[in-house]
Amino acid sequence: MPAPTAETPDPRKLTTKHRASDRLFRAVVTTFSFSALIILTLIGLFLLIKGFSTFKEQGLHFFTTAGWSVTQDANGKDVGHFGLSAMLLGTVLIALVALFIAVPLSVLTALFLTFYAPERIRTFLVSVVDLMAAFPSILYGLWGFFILGPMAEYWAKLINKYLGWIPFLSVPQPSFTRSPFIAGIVLAVMIVPIVTSVSREVFSQTPLDRVQAAYALGASKWGMIKAVVLPFGSSGIVGGAMLGLGRAFGETVAVYSVLNIVFRPNWHILFTQGGNVASMIIGQWGEAGKAEVSALLAAGLVLFVLTLLVNFAADFVVNRAVKSGR
Amino acid sequence: MDNSNNENQNDGDDMSTQSPATKSLGDVAAKRAKQNMGGSAPLGVGLEARGVHAWFGKHLALEDVSLDFSAGTVTALIGPSGCGKSTFIRTLNRMHEFIPSAAMAGQVLLDGRDIYEPGIDVTKIRLQIGMVFQKPNPFPSMTIGENVLAGLKLAQIKHEGNKDDLLEECLVRAGLWTEVKDRLGAHAGGLSGGQQQRLCIARSLALKPKVLLMDEPCSALDPGSTLRIEDTIAQLSKTMTIVIVTHNMQQAARVSDYTAFFLAEGGPGHMVEVGPTNEIFSRPKDERTENYVSGRFG
Ligand SMILES: Nc1ncnc2c1ncn2[C@@H]1O[C@H](COP(=O)(O)OP(=O)(O)OP(=O)(O)O)[C@@H](O)[C@H]1O
Ligand SMILES: [Mg+2]
Repeated sequence: MPAPTAETPDPRKLTTKHRASDRLFRAVVTTFSFSALIILTLIGLFLLIKGFSTFKEQGLHFFTTAGWSVTQDANGKDVGHFGLSAMLLGTVLIALVALFIAVPLSVLTALFLTFYAPERIRTFLVSVVDLMAAFPSILYGLWGFFILGPMAEYWAKLINKYLGWIPFLSVPQPSFTRSPFIAGIVLAVMIVPIVTSVSREVFSQTPLDRVQAAYALGASKWGMIKAVVLPFGSSGIVGGAMLGLGRAFGETVAVYSVLNIVFRPNWHILFTQGGNVASMIIGQWGEAGKAEVSALLAAGLVLFVLTLLVNFAADFVVNRAVKSGR
Repeated sequence: MDNSNNENQNDGDDMSTQSPATKSLGDVAAKRAKQNMGGSAPLGVGLEARGVHAWFGKHLALEDVSLDFSAGTVTALIGPSGCGKSTFIRTLNRMHEFIPSAAMAGQVLLDGRDIYEPGIDVTKIRLQIGMVFQKPNPFPSMTIGENVLAGLKLAQIKHEGNKDDLLEECLVRAGLWTEVKDRLGAHAGGLSGGQQQRLCIARSLALKPKVLLMDEPCSALDPGSTLRIEDTIAQLSKTMTIVIVTHNMQQAARVSDYTAFFLAEGGPGHMVEVGPTNEIFSRPKDERTENYVSGRFG
């Protein structure tokens, strides 16, 4: 055995001299990969600067009141009364309706695609579902307005008739058109692809040995799915749902086409009044004066932060689900 | 209907022909055979494979295996890697068909009835033919107790009687009871590999299978755990038919009544010979078996 040396040396620094072409390419890819971050930050800053005056003037009222009007004071100066509460409430309600419909639909679709569909049908359906994601949202809006709207109105009446005793399914007046419920259904269709593909991804990683263990114990396919796939995939489903939520929060055009936007908080999802931050912004944009533009950009910032938070949380959950194997 | 399982290899009296000049493995096997003498009459139900072929896509992996597992015996399947042992054992409880494009031909008779018969409910078959895998695979989201009883829930079986009694019985039979009785509510992932494997055995036992298939159940375990599981096998063999794949000759000699030797030789896997374990290890009929058990190849 060699005698122990007095000192262990510090590890050497391992270097290499890069060629000029390599250095150039490195600079290019680095710049481009950071551009997404830079653009995002710039947008956030822009919204913050432009909306700042509104936050300053309205303070917390911006989140707690529902009015949206500009009046003139004695000196003929414009005074805005801007409150987002109806829009925030509406955004959340519509997103919840969408999740309530889309998550079961997507999970069942993903289960079918992963465990039941024959190879050919699977490939076909997967591309159909992916196509759904690529569809322009105005088309969903038009479909929602012309086709779905009248149908869903009928469903809403039925639901109201039999389940109207549940507070949020009641209506103050029997008017069911252009409700948060209908907007929620349109959104549901739009977020099915993302929730389906995340669920599919997680389901397909179910450890084979657990699947086999369940089958070897005499489980039927459904029994195996309940005992193995769903517990394994549950956090993936949650993550997928949150990604869907992020999309649902931000969706603008489709919701705008079907929803009757009213600046009054409305809990009755079947009733013809709703709110949605993103859609409200395009709705008001055209005839907005200076003060209102600032308010709209402030609303934009709120939406920006909300979407960012939901997406970060979703990414976190999905990554953990895919990595950890449980 | 079930006379097929009574007329096969006669158990028990094969050790009388034991020659004195046996190799050590033969001795081990003979010792075991002697211990089994005078034991109670074997219970359980036999299994019989007739002309089993198995394919993966176009590739014929297993050719024409006919093998009789009589009630209450332990049969070891040995042979070099890739010779189709796993493939064969998986045809015995219809796990083979989970591999896409897998196909099989031939018959597997449980208690005289073909388990591949059209119209048969395959989940019912798997209740009667349990399986223990090479890698311990308890359900990590369930507790130890839930794992043992998982099969009842999965197969939607109503258990008459006390579930706690069944839980204890299965864990005792699997040789795990004393180690886990104080932490039945703990998650199964916290057990050692050997304990997990015995938990998987207990999980199979809860369904009261008539046959237990084990594919290299000890290959991921340390020698101590291996011996515990061999003890468990010896206990279980009093009441059920066991088929075990093993690469460990010592183990085959210690636990089995019969040994079947498989070989691929470049083509599809097939069975070279089967016989009482002490004969296979002391004076096999086929030269290839001789070479394999004496460690000359494989
Ligand atoms: N899923 C599969 N798809 C295609 N071929 C397979 C598959 N599983 C096994 N095979 C092939 O079938 C043959 C038999 O494999 P098998 O796993 O039964 O061997 P084995 O005797 O169990 O080997 P080992 O001792 O290494 O476990 C091999 O040639 C193998 O390549
Ligand atoms: Mg194998």
